[in-house]
Amino acid sequence: MPLLYEGADWDFGTLKRVYDAMGEIALGELGLDIYPNQIEVITAEQMLDAYASNGLPLMYRHWSYGKHFAQNEALYRKGYQGLAYEIVINSDPCISYIMEENTMTMQTLVIAHACYGHNHFFKNNHMFKEWTDAEGLLDYLGFARDYVSKCEERYGLDAVERILDAGHALSAQGVNRYARRPKPSLAEERRRQDARLQHEQESFNPLWSTVPTGRKGTKGAKAAEEEAIRARLNLPEENLLYFLEKNAPKLRDWEREILRIIRLISQYFYPMKQTKLMNEGCATFVHYEIMTRLHERSMISDGHFLEFLHSHTNVIYQPGYDSRHYSGINPYALGYAMMADIKRVCTEPTDEDRAWLPEIAGNGDPYGTLRTAWAEFRDESFILQYLTPKVIRDFRLFAVSDERVEPELAVSAIHDDEGYRRIRRSLARHYELARREPDIQVSDADLLGDRRLILTHTVHDGITLNRSTAEKVLGHVRDLWGFPVRLTEVDARTGTPLGIIEARAA
Amino acid sequence: MNVVDRRRNPQGKSMANRQRFLRRAKDQVRQAVSEAVSRRKVSDINSSDEKVTVRAKGVGEPSFALGRDGDREYVLPGNKKYASGDHIPRPEDGDGSGGGSQASDQGGGEDEFLFTLTREEFLQVFFDDLELPDLVRKTLAETKSSQPARAGYSVSGTPSSLNVVRTMRNSLARRIALDRPRRDEVERLRAELEAAKEAGDPDRIAEVRERLEAAARKSRAVPFIDPVDVRYNRFERVPKPQTRAVMFCLMDVSGSMSEFRKDLAKRFFMLLHLFLETRYEHVAVVFIRHTEVAQEVDEDTFFRSRETGGTVVSTALEEMLTVQKARFPTSDWNLYVAQASDGDNFGNDSEYCVSLLETRILPIVQHYAYIEVREGGEGLRASFDSDLWRHYGAVAERQKNFAARKVTAPTEIFGVFRDLFSKSNARAGA
Repeated sequence: MPLLYEGADWDFGTLKRVYDAMGEIALGELGLDIYPNQIEVITAEQMLDAYASNGLPLMYRHWSYGKHFAQNEALYRKGYQGLAYEIVINSDPCISYIMEENTMTMQTLVIAHACYGHNHFFKNNHMFKEWTDAEGLLDYLGFARDYVSKCEERYGLDAVERILDAGHALSAQGVNRYARRPKPSLAEERRRQDARLQHEQESFNPLWSTVPTGRKGTKGAKAAEEEAIRARLNLPEENLLYFLEKNAPKLRDWEREILRIIRLISQYFYPMKQTKLMNEGCATFVHYEIMTRLHERSMISDGHFLEFLHSHTNVIYQPGYDSRHYSGINPYALGYAMMADIKRVCTEPTDEDRAWLPEIAGNGDPYGTLRTAWAEFRDESFILQYLTPKVIRDFRLFAVSDERVEPELAVSAIHDDEGYRRIRRSLARHYELARREPDIQVSDADLLGDRRLILTHTVHDGITLNRSTAEKVLGHVRDLWGFPVRLTEVDARTGTPLGIIEARAA
Repeated sequence: MNVVDRRRNPQGKSMANRQRFLRRAKDQVRQAVSEAVSRRKVSDINSSDEKVTVRAKGVGEPSFALGRDGDREYVLPGNKKYASGDHIPRPEDGDGSGGGSQASDQGGGEDEFLFTLTREEFLQVFFDDLELPDLVRKTLAETKSSQPARAGYSVSGTPSSLNVVRTMRNSLARRIALDRPRRDEVERLRAELEAAKEAGDPDRIAEVRERLEAAARKSRAVPFIDPVDVRYNRFERVPKPQTRAVMFCLMDVSGSMSEFRKDLAKRFFMLLHLFLETRYEHVAVVFIRHTEVAQEVDEDTFFRSRETGGTVVSTALEEMLTVQKARFPTSDWNLYVAQASDGDNFGNDSEYCVSLLETRILPIVQHYAYIEVREGGEGLRASFDSDLWRHYGAVAERQKNFAARKVTAPTEIFGVFRDLFSKSNARAGA
């Protein structure tokens, strides 16, 4: 086969040719299933722009994005930090940003990685299918940006900034974990917003503000009423932003709408957070397969293949825990290693593999097996299901337990027969979002009394909240709620209260 | 697949976010600009970008984060020596324990970071402190302007700048030099040919036809307009202000000038310098300090060192005149004087100053600005008119190019320049 390209320079014709050549491998041989692709070529500055706003192409304006831009820019200009080669947006069509500075080999790698790897994962993984709406994303972001800037014009920068600050502080607690969120289209979004405004205008009646509110007499009635309120508020509620958007007594309509925007965008990132390892593993595995096959068929030259291998090995490098470069487990490395190992188990299983993964060992269909894994799992369950002893040995993983009552840390498991299961279980827990992010719920709102909002942090393994940031966040909650706020920390197992945190000014 | 080239999209999408960020970090930014002002030289005010360190306070983004307490189990890669059951001493700060520390870092990390203010942003904050009117800000912040001016002709250019007269003149000269047959000559030959045909003289016909053909050949060989004839108008960007100005900074450095007063004075000098920079290509700065004697010094000495002694203002004026006569003849230089003082003066010296000003200085300078610097909280003294102020006040009423003002805060400095700026605007409009 002739070479797809020569030299380091790229042009649009070559991109197209390479994309098509890879399509045959990715769709035909690996059996991937993708959204249509849109590749957008951008400059380094535009890449920094995209970095600053969470990698989203359109974003409303907020000072924190300016801050991140300044930070990233300073690092980049000084050469401390390179830029990502690509950013990919989970939308339909799937949009990938590639940088103009990349060489043709890098562009090839990036297209394989993003346009086929990530794209397949976005389209097929159940987390994304369930939680995000690929079609509506860009429209919604555009709507959000326009809405926020309209609010800025109408109500002033400070008022909008106040709400955005508060919303951002709670964005991790603005996610529905269980129920499926509704999917409003852009038109519905607009209609809903209009209806809200119209209702307000139609139902405005100054008389209501003069009506004295009566007091209920007996104690029993009061308790019953409290119970009714609690039921109406759907307490306990784990989605703090949702609760405040719907129930905070003092918020104005546009403020609720902005909270809703933050909440929905946060929801978009929810599956990303839970599938980082798999998503990157999938993309890395796919690009490696594609590039290798292109090279086998002499469609890219040896030199270019070496350039690719150089980038590839950099990406999947896992420094040891004692290395200066260590900053946690590299999701690219572990994800890729696990997937490459699944392929091995499917085609050349050992006795150990047959014992560990009897359902797939030697089934001879590595890509089908992987496609199932990519579709049905998230990081936590993927590790529980597929982390093989070989990968544990290759990474030389070991578990260290850190109990506060002990004076020293203890090595609880290493890569041996006794340790595999413990390491696998322990590592899977690392990827469990509920363990990484505090479990905070709205448990009560004293609507008949002083309207104090009570949040509860359920403490697992005695890990309490970082007090100083919690106080600041509670300040934001108080701002939104309009009345006092208190957070109690309760131990998950025993139910004993561990502490109370009150709001403090941010 | 679709490839879209976004490189040409409008740049600076993050500008709006940056402005919001600067607004947010306003106090820190102002602090940094203030420090920079005291650090920079008077003539550097306009020069370059300023690095600003912003501490996390006010620009932190808190979120609920897990603390470092409690029981955990980490999984780490790269085991080299441990077997299960081994004990490891607890790392001091908890950072060494790897994976778990990341989550808790998010809220409290990033203590401070550096970013760079652009020249425009720097000036903006500087002007904010001085409360400059918008129009003035604009004139000052403008980068050096230039305008196209004719600069002869060139052989290349755009069709729109084609110089027809020059081109035709070249063409004509070339046609004459190369002996291109003129049109009437060809006409004449043609008429002769007709006449010969009518006369039926074959020799004559052949002769004339040959001459006609020769003329036609020559016409083809020597074109009417050749690329070498073509001339275009050439333009050069010429910087607008072409003249030179010198700025004399006069300051009383006797013991009563506190750091605060000097800082006020420095901002005053900086503002004048900025203004002069926009209007003049070269701005020289001369620093003259005085106690009971005056001397010319460099900038560092001017602002930093402190002298003891009496105060005789006229010495500075005399020194200024000496320097001016020696190095800055009025024929080549526009003269500006900025004087800062706390108003103290010795005995009858103020009267001498006034006469010096009115007879010798004001006639040759463009503008003379005087500020009397005071701390705000001086109460009684603030309302008390110093000897120098009384005399200068009178001069200010009589002379157009003299302005005086009492200043207790940076915001009040601009007043002394008001005439100067309004005059420049009027002139720009004319």
